Amino acid sequence: MIAARKKLVLVGNGMAGVRTIEHLLKLNPEGYEITIFGSEPYPNYNRIMLSSVLAGGANMSEIIINDLEWYHSQGIKLYMGHTVTSIDSESRKVYSDKGITAEYDELILATGSNPFMLPIPGADKEGVIAFRDIKDCQIMQETAGSYKKAIVIGAGLLGLEAARGLLHLGMEVTVVHIHDYIMERQLDEAASVMLRRELEAQGMRFLLHKQSEGILGKKRVRGLLFTDGSTADADLIVMAVGIKPNVELAKKSGVQINRGIIVNDYMETNIPGIFALGECAEHRGIAYGLVAPLYEQGAVLAKRLAGVKVEGYMGSVTSTKLKVSGVDVFSAGQFTEPDGSRALRYQDEIEGVYKKLVIQDDMLIGAVLFGDTSDGAHLFSIIKNKENISGREKELLLGISADVFSSTQGNRLEVMPEDEIICGCNGVSKGTIAEAIESGGCTSVGQIKACTKASASCGGCKPLVEGLLQLYAGDAVTVVKEGICGCTTLNRDEIVSEIKRMKLMTVKEVMNVLEWSQEEGCAKCRPSLNYYLGMLWPEEYIDEKESRYTNERYHANIQKDGTYSVVPRIYGGVTSPAELKKIAEVAEKFAVPMVKFTGGQRLDLLGVKKEDLPKMWEELDMPSGHAYGKTLRTVKTCVGSTFCRFGTQDAISMGITLEKQFERLNTPGKVKLAVSGCPRNCAEATIKDFGVVAIDGGWELHIGGNGGVHVRATDLLCVVKTEEEVVEWASAFLQYYREQAGWNERTAHWVERVGVDNIKKALESQEERLALKERIETVLGLTTDPWKQIVNEPELRKNFEAIAQIESV
Amino acid sequence: MMTITKMLVGKVTDIDTRGSRTFRVNDMEIALFRLSDGEVLAVENKCPHKGGALSEGMVCGTKVHCPLHDWKIDLHSGVAMEPDKGCVVTFDVEIDPNSGSIYVTI
Repeated sequence: MIAARKKLVLVGNGMAGVRTIEHLLKLNPEGYEITIFGSEPYPNYNRIMLSSVLAGGANMSEIIINDLEWYHSQGIKLYMGHTVTSIDSESRKVYSDKGITAEYDELILATGSNPFMLPIPGADKEGVIAFRDIKDCQIMQETAGSYKKAIVIGAGLLGLEAARGLLHLGMEVTVVHIHDYIMERQLDEAASVMLRRELEAQGMRFLLHKQSEGILGKKRVRGLLFTDGSTADADLIVMAVGIKPNVELAKKSGVQINRGIIVNDYMETNIPGIFALGECAEHRGIAYGLVAPLYEQGAVLAKRLAGVKVEGYMGSVTSTKLKVSGVDVFSAGQFTEPDGSRALRYQDEIEGVYKKLVIQDDMLIGAVLFGDTSDGAHLFSIIKNKENISGREKELLLGISADVFSSTQGNRLEVMPEDEIICGCNGVSKGTIAEAIESGGCTSVGQIKACTKASASCGGCKPLVEGLLQLYAGDAVTVVKEGICGCTTLNRDEIVSEIKRMKLMTVKEVMNVLEWSQEEGCAKCRPSLNYYLGMLWPEEYIDEKESRYTNERYHANIQKDGTYSVVPRIYGGVTSPAELKKIAEVAEKFAVPMVKFTGGQRLDLLGVKKEDLPKMWEELDMPSGHAYGKTLRTVKTCVGSTFCRFGTQDAISMGITLEKQFERLNTPGKVKLAVSGCPRNCAEATIKDFGVVAIDGGWELHIGGNGGVHVRATDLLCVVKTEEEVVEWASAFLQYYREQAGWNERTAHWVERVGVDNIKKALESQEERLALKERIETVLGLTTDPWKQIVNEPELRKNFEAIAQIESV
Repeated sequence: MMTITKMLVGKVTDIDTRGSRTFRVNDMEIALFRLSDGEVLAVENKCPHKGGALSEGMVCGTKVHCPLHDWKIDLHSGVAMEPDKGCVVTFDVEIDPNSGSIYVTI
């Protein structure tokens, strides 16, 4: 004989109640005959996802958790759109507003909560709604079609999600909040301010510290009046100021209530056979409004109903995770630093990341994360488990071991994971380097470089490689003096002084005399020596083109597919219709795949076949733009006083003068100039190697700027009055750079290395400046246009063509 | 099927010392290099790394540095120098000592 199944009635077809039923069905599938009543005309849906529906990420059908088929298959009797109006706890029956009576052995009240509507005049007007259910979402969507302005009262989790949804629907959204900062129940002030800025950037507006007094309008809302007498226009007002447990049914049925329905640790109310859970319930004085505690309560209740042994519900430590359009926020536990606690904070306003851990008695009791919430779940479990975190605090905050902060780099390297990349250019991991030292026998950075390529490209990781060498090789480290490359132990200054002292005249001679380890050097020392020799002996030295990089040999930039780009010189960025026509014709004739403006106000013809280069140069009949070399690239200018109403000086003609003065100059690294006609600095002169900014009655001269990998703003060199002085200082500065810097060292690095004050000192006497200017003029007087030279000399031109035309083999 | 063919491609003086010239055979481009000592070597003009044109690289001794990412290839063996790994196809080159004509065997 089958035991009669007990009757279970659930009042409230929402997330908490249905979750409990699901759980119960797993534990004891045959135990109960289940009946569910729900006021809303829908099956159980995910209320949390309503904001996603509004924000456009989900549609209504996607947020249904249990469809009607599920209820059917589980044998559950579902009354949708029925509100239970009374309970007879004596005869154990419930009654719905539509005349249904259901008997129960066990009754669960999961009636949820109601939005709290501010009791202010006008709150009943058309266009004043809450954000609670599907109906509210539908009203918002309809309103957005015909109205513009929305106000959301309340900048809590729900309010901000509603506001984001309304923004998405195309409305202008203002969020009104009574507190000084938003989401104060989940965030501390620092995180709150970062969140507000982010939301403002997305178009949300905020009125903080504002208390609503009344709603304006006749039949429909027109605006909101505040207690300070100010008003704001609104076609729609969404109240999201909070929720209150829905206790009406319980109250009139004699169930004990306070704020919510009072339950014990087993979700039992004061009346036998009646349980409550979810937002309507109050456990140990707390009525929860987040989903996680509701599920925890549901698990306890399901076990209780299934007759499974269960420890009572002990209350929940809550966490909040919010994601609104790319903004990640997390908070958990006691994040407001109660007395006796201490906090660790990390704030990075550049990346938009904020982290705070609140610690008491060696335990993590609260956390706030903004921007990067990936640690949220981990921190939350530590809070819940009450782990002792003594000594791990910093690791938890930053996600890396606390040993990193100890003073020696060795420790940091020691604890670094094996697969962490040390050399980003060549993708060399710590493990690979360690292996090269331990089993490969490397005892110097040079050997590690040769063996693994670590630090072989940009060299930025060299200190780390040195650190690893110390760590793994210890005393075996051979101190090898680092030269400019692997072929020599001499540095730049030693080489230059030896060349001068012994008057060495060719690359080969330098390598022989200075005892290079590789007979013909490498791709690093060869161009260096070629530069130093040319700089030291401008009149005697014959440039070795085979010791120059591809781009400088072919006077064009090699592209990844082996084609080249052609950039003709356009002085100061000023061209003419005739010149443009010519460029256009050449581009068409040679079927140039792409014509592009460069960052330096020139035209770039990209994708040119090598054999076409001399032909194009010939037809262009324009000077080389030198867009490929360690030389003066461009002089960028703004319009200046020629046309601009703000211009104080003629920036264009100053730019053209400088470009004509210094074009074709060989320099250690590429050199970019710019001239701005006023301090608005439209030519961006303060990130150039030499920047000129016009001021009323003079020119500011700036040095050492860079807009590349590491942006560096210039240092002010001096202020001068005349155009001649600009040229004099520019000449002196560039020549001093040529004579002092290492090959491939841009001015930005050089200025930082030697110090701007030393450079100022070196250039302060006019006598010295004029001597430098004379030397640079000597060099400049010897330059010729490389394109013309190649076009006119078959011996040079041949290198652009195939040696033989072979039909097929 | 590819047949083995010895062909005349030019003269030694057509290539600058420590320079390079190229030619195409079917779908393949071959780079000829003239070293400082006058030796001429031929390899497929395609770096084993990212296919860079080796002919445009800097010749140092018997090696060429690829212009794209500085891989160093030995022109005798076609093998990439440590720590890189790879190999390019090499071709036999003969030079007529009298005329300076270059013959490449494909």
